[in-house]
Amino acid sequence: MSSIYNEDKVENRIDHMKYLPDMEVLDSDIEKRVIDGMNNYDYDKYTAKDVKAALVAEKPSIEDFGALLSPAATPFIEEIAQRAQQETRKHFGNSIYMFTPLYIANYCENYCIYCGFNCHNKIKRAKLNEEEIEQEMKEIAKTGLQEVLILTGESKKMSDVKYIGEACKIAKKYFKVIGLEVYPMNSEDYAYLHKCGADYVTVFQETYNSDKYETLHLAGHKRIFPYRLNAQERALKGGMRGVGFAALLGLADFRKDAFAVGTHAHYLQQKYPHAEIAISCPRLRPIINNDRINPRDVHETQLLQVICAYRIFLPYASITISTRECERFRNNIIKIAATKISAGVNVGIGGHSGEEKGDEQFEISDGRNVDEVYKAIEDAGLQPVMSDYIYV
Amino acid sequence: MNNNDKLIIGGHEFDSRFILGSGKYSLELIKAAVENAGAQIITLALRRASTGNVANILDYIPEGVTLLPNTSGARNADEAVRIARLSRELGCGDFVKIEIMRDSKYLLPDNQETIKATEILAKEGFVVMPYMYPDLNSARDLMNAGAASIMPLGAPIGSNKGLCTKEFIQIIIDEINLPVIVDAGIGRPSQACEAMEMGAAAVMANTAVATAGDVPMMASAFKSAIEAGRKAYISGLGRVLDKGGAASSPLTGFLKD
Repeated sequence: MSSIYNEDKVENRIDHMKYLPDMEVLDSDIEKRVIDGMNNYDYDKYTAKDVKAALVAEKPSIEDFGALLSPAATPFIEEIAQRAQQETRKHFGNSIYMFTPLYIANYCENYCIYCGFNCHNKIKRAKLNEEEIEQEMKEIAKTGLQEVLILTGESKKMSDVKYIGEACKIAKKYFKVIGLEVYPMNSEDYAYLHKCGADYVTVFQETYNSDKYETLHLAGHKRIFPYRLNAQERALKGGMRGVGFAALLGLADFRKDAFAVGTHAHYLQQKYPHAEIAISCPRLRPIINNDRINPRDVHETQLLQVICAYRIFLPYASITISTRECERFRNNIIKIAATKISAGVNVGIGGHSGEEKGDEQFEISDGRNVDEVYKAIEDAGLQPVMSDYIYV
Repeated sequence: MNNNDKLIIGGHEFDSRFILGSGKYSLELIKAAVENAGAQIITLALRRASTGNVANILDYIPEGVTLLPNTSGARNADEAVRIARLSRELGCGDFVKIEIMRDSKYLLPDNQETIKATEILAKEGFVVMPYMYPDLNSARDLMNAGAASIMPLGAPIGSNKGLCTKEFIQIIIDEINLPVIVDAGIGRPSQACEAMEMGAAAVMANTAVATAGDVPMMASAFKSAIEAGRKAYISGLGRVLDKGGAASSPLTGFLKD
């Protein structure tokens, strides 16, 4: 992007820590605990001894989690993977859950400099109407999948809550599990979407470092850091069964971000014990029309370390592995720690049933269809599961 | 084994005292597990009983085995009742194992809600088998609510820790006049055997078999252990003394009348 936009200048940006008038403010200490914990997390203080202790801890503590994410743990990556695998099998057996994301719109009001959907990026915008959504879902359902993750760009104007609700109602006809990855909203909106059939909400915080966050999310609702951070809690208050967390590793210091993701999930589960916890592990990927950022130092070893640390600290959590990662990495991580994998992925708008109407958010690295991923799971000695859920 | 030694639940008779869970398996191994376990009852999470054509678990459960659908995923009595009714509508029979968890971390059962659901479902003619935390008062309430058996946990689900709640399960076995089936946490055949020696009517296991290196052989190992424990129970265990040996001369020998 070579043009200069208003918000590129610091003085033109709104205060990212201040809620906008229509945003619900929760009386909750979760944000403070997560951020304070992250700020105090000094990963350089850990030694090999701490890592070894964490590896044998029956119930790893937050301190153990910190040790597992630290540079001192990297030489123990094999032992960490072994422990992670044990925990995964204990809690999930051989099951690997399959799903696919469905992008129904890519309009976006946010200006996030790393994202292909950002409002200044000159891409083809589109929004599927109800008929087109149904068409796409029909096509996806034919593959045997029973879980769909509905995504939009973040534009409340172009993709309002009612529109998303209609998409959920259509999805209910074709799928057993409906997840949402849309803009953060108030708990009453989540309650409405829950009534429409959705039961899982994922919100990527991108980074828990608010100073860094400010420099990446220059405009739009998404700029408001605390509103996004508290989205999962609002979703649970709205009656959702499960919530998903993620930091886009590589945007800021990935160890601190991963620490924040884990503790955020941990504290929320403690406060809402019934909540089903899910974690995604995206790394920064190259996108169209953007040369202002470079992927940070999250190599495969570090990514594996983070995923395994999540697994050991939160053994009951579902861990999703993105198509941003390549086939080789995905085939192996499901043997160790991931329990959910997407397949037949198309990140454009309308690409499942016809020609794409709108451009893609990012480039995927694993373009395998459902049958291919299904077979890869079986070849790993594991069991593909299409649904383990009932809407009640 | 004595042919008259039947496990009777809700008026139905079974020879096997090994109830097998169907979760966490590679589907093609379920059949071999059931056969090697000699199991006549298999539990099935209704939420896994997918109606789709791909990887439908119902296609992998051998004919002639009694399905025991469970209500996992229910967070309260109301949800459990709805899942049970759905299960019956789907043709999964009248048996239902009530599982109500309000905790996604340890998956511990909520006794209070379980009692409520048991009462409603028993009245509707279900054979209700509640999974519960081993508490005598709750077990009595479940019995009075119409439960067909009591299924106390040995340890948290999937933990393979065995009979952590042994003392409390023993109390329930001693006091409750219903088949007591030890469910959850049984990680080794020896633990299953121990539960049977204590007088449990049956043992339920899942993770321990599903995640074994050789699934059919582990199923068979559990079968033998459960049968051994049952035989031991029926035979009457030898005198087991809590402390030291018996005094060689009786302490009460001085008594005159």
